[in-house]
Amino acid sequence: MESSASVLCKSSVSVQCIRKANMKKSLLFPDFTVTRDPDKCIQCEVCVRQCAFDAHSFDKEANKIETDNSKCVSCLRCATMCPTGAITVSEHQQNIKKNKNWTEKQLKELYKQSETGGILLTGMGTDKDYKIIWDHILLDAAQVTNPSIDPLREPMELRTYLGAKPDRIEFRVQSSEFRGQNKKLRTTNYELQTKLPPQLKLETPILFSAMSYGAISLNTMRALARAADECGIFYNTGEGGLPKELYKYGKNTIVQVASGRFGVDSDYLDVAAAVEIKVGQGAKPGIGGHLPGEKVTEEISQTRMIPTGTDALSPAPHHDIYSIEDLSQLIYSIKEATGYKKPLSVKVAAVHNIAAIASGIVRAGADIVAIDGLRGGTGAAPTRIRDNVGIPIELAISAVDSRLREEGIRNRASIIAAGGFRNSADVVKAIALGADAVYIGTAALVAMGCHLCQKCYTGKCNWGIATQDPYLVKRLNPEIAARRLVNLIKAWSHEIKEIMGGMGINAVESLRGNRLRLRGFDLHENELKILDIKPAGESM
Amino acid sequence: MGCSIAGIIDEKGNRFSGEKIICAIKKMYLRANGLGGGFAGYGIYPENSDDFCFHIIYNDEKSRENTESYLKHDFEIVKEEPIPTRTVKAIVNRPLLFRYFLRVKDEIKKQFYEMTEEDIVMRSVMKINGAQAGAFVISSGKNMGIFKGVGYAADIGKFYKLEEYSGYCWIAHDRFPTNTPGWWGGAHPFGLLNFSIVHNGEISSYGINKRYLEEFGYRLTLHTDSEAILYLFDLLLRKHKLPMSLAHKVLCPPLWSEIEKMPEDERKFYETLRIIYGSALINGPSAIIVSDGKMMFGFTDRLKLRPLVAARNGSKFYLASEECAIQEICPLKKGDVFFPKVGEPAIGKLRNTEQTRNKGTRNGHGKFRFSSV
Ligand code: SF4
Ligand code: SF4
Repeated sequence: MESSASVLCKSSVSVQCIRKANMKKSLLFPDFTVTRDPDKCIQCEVCVRQCAFDAHSFDKEANKIETDNSKCVSCLRCATMCPTGAITVSEHQQNIKKNKNWTEKQLKELYKQSETGGILLTGMGTDKDYKIIWDHILLDAAQVTNPSIDPLREPMELRTYLGAKPDRIEFRVQSSEFRGQNKKLRTTNYELQTKLPPQLKLETPILFSAMSYGAISLNTMRALARAADECGIFYNTGEGGLPKELYKYGKNTIVQVASGRFGVDSDYLDVAAAVEIKVGQGAKPGIGGHLPGEKVTEEISQTRMIPTGTDALSPAPHHDIYSIEDLSQLIYSIKEATGYKKPLSVKVAAVHNIAAIASGIVRAGADIVAIDGLRGGTGAAPTRIRDNVGIPIELAISAVDSRLREEGIRNRASIIAAGGFRNSADVVKAIALGADAVYIGTAALVAMGCHLCQKCYTGKCNWGIATQDPYLVKRLNPEIAARRLVNLIKAWSHEIKEIMGGMGINAVESLRGNRLRLRGFDLHENELKILDIKPAGESM
Repeated sequence: MGCSIAGIIDEKGNRFSGEKIICAIKKMYLRANGLGGGFAGYGIYPENSDDFCFHIIYNDEKSRENTESYLKHDFEIVKEEPIPTRTVKAIVNRPLLFRYFLRVKDEIKKQFYEMTEEDIVMRSVMKINGAQAGAFVISSGKNMGIFKGVGYAADIGKFYKLEEYSGYCWIAHDRFPTNTPGWWGGAHPFGLLNFSIVHNGEISSYGINKRYLEEFGYRLTLHTDSEAILYLFDLLLRKHKLPMSLAHKVLCPPLWSEIEKMPEDERKFYETLRIIYGSALINGPSAIIVSDGKMMFGFTDRLKLRPLVAARNGSKFYLASEECAIQEICPLKKGDVFFPKVGEPAIGKLRNTEQTRNKGTRNGHGKFRFSSV
């Protein structure tokens, strides 16, 4: 983004920005109210130390803990850590006159912009009240004519291979006869001719989404890598390069090549299990990344291969990809560089023409198409872009899967869906619509402690996740975080098996693209048409 | 679906009357509800064994005229006649039933030089059945025919006078439909070219099997899972040239945990097979008998949620949902009967096409070896 830092309003409640802008009194009022129960508080100052936004302070003269509500972002770190449970954070009750059009949120954003003159920044996926299609899709179960399967008693297979598949198997048959004791015996030998293109083997159809070193802390990355290794799945480096100490998890690592090319060298490509070209992401389709100079520490500068303290700006487009042929060239350059031994993924945001774009990507030679929907998360994005650009992942999966099948090229690439997967039922529905696997980002962060305060772009994550401040980074214990991630993946896998068993399906292959087992409820006819599912109540 | 299925093949190719298979399927009438039954017989038209024989059901004379003029365009009609039937009280609302012995015209072969005769026949069948114009081709193979309709199988057999035919292989089905309403074309067996299939079960993977087949140009007009299985066999055996035993491993692949334990080359083979053909896996309770006129092949789903027994006696090989059906037509000794294991097919083969008797019948794995380049 050429309009970089100077016009961005980075601070949460803009106090600094407002001071900079030399205005006297801010019209903003706080988002949250922090109440401290004086009967419970023991004045231990834990909350003071825990809040990186300096909402709490100890007033020596008054010998009292004070709170500045205007600084609270409701990350709930203090409330969680307070030893006596004295703190409650609630929505700030200021009775702005109710107005469905001019909501409190709208007004606050106008105050902020009029006081700073900057683009509004935010973190995580959109919180806007769009219809969540997942919640309007219902799953099927077997009854009487077709028994359900008990996953505790019968095998239930979730293993998934991502990568290009040939149309058919090729082999040579040789029959040979030899004499047995008193009759001729015959054996048939099948000599396999097909050489499968490289595949990623997943024990469950879930991967950790791209989150870059810089946006997230090293401890967070360590946890993701360990959990991926333990679960037999993959995590994704995002565009920030790969710290050397994580090279040992290479077989569970997808490395990203984005427009900034941060940290890309031959070691980086060699160590990974797969390479992903990032064209776009759901939270900010059409724009590049921005890591503020303050976050570019010594370690990050080494990993990203840029000077310390400089803003890391990845351009909006790849400046060597201005058309589909260019993408194809980059795909094959990377394939050449990695000896055709690793699947090549291309990640794009779900935009209006996603079906045609995905088809182009497959024809350009990608082995995996990763599609990130409207609700995809981010470390930092302009609010207007995050909240208004793109299409829901549900519709994108369906449009892409249908299109690739119509063109007879569905087997040439796998589809990974991303963007706001909240639970295992969402995953099952995505697979039934046609995805091979899903990327989870936000859900994984929440598992590690994220409370979705949306302040990742400030670098002050109190949970030690989206920060580089050594004092905050220490808060996330990678061992414990990895354990929580493994538990999450295990729990979801069990639930997926349970749902599949209920449907009378014991291998995920039979769920994939099986839209007949989905029904739409309270969906518009056009949505049903694009999803290619029947309305609830209609039978086979 | 409940349903019963049965099949008999004489491995020496001796022909026998259709009466036997009627008796067998009749014994299991409790598994059916009279909404559909049928038979496929092989070796029944020896005088016309080189011609494609179409059995067609028509709603009315008009659809017959239209279809016949279409057939005349692509084929030389060697012989045409109504399929002989007798009045059976329980069988009502019968459609028009005709059979045709056909040869693909030379000019058509020239026109579609890139297609085999079989491809041309398949194209015609898909066209007639896809047009939904009151005509439906129920079988289209050589020296074989399918006889089916709405009613108990035993009554259908009587209606078609099957005791007057003799063949070396018969399969049969008696239906307890839950999914599709009773319609003559919707009864089993389903047939395309020489393949015929009877199926007791319900396929929970139908949604993806159908979409997968459509990518290869199949049109599934019947909305029944058995049709999908039939076309999967056609795709795998005829188009992708897999032997029956490997096609079976596509539809009912070994578990990943089993594949992992296999020796290197075999593991690689099965892994590749499963990775490529994941969408062809059939999931859900099933017992299936399929024949291509050279062998009769029976198998169940990966969990064996539907029954299937097999027996061998003399040159005859039997398959049925229940042992009583086989007992009814053949005095079995101890040891004649066996229960195919999960993931292992039971196979009866014509011996003149395959020199040695297949020793692997009881054990699907043993007889193959695998290697890789
Ligand atoms: S952490 Fe809790 S007990 Fe400690 S000072 Fe803050 S409010 Fe009081
Ligand atoms: S990662 Fe940290 S800063 Fe970002 S939303 Fe979660 S808790 Fe807030």
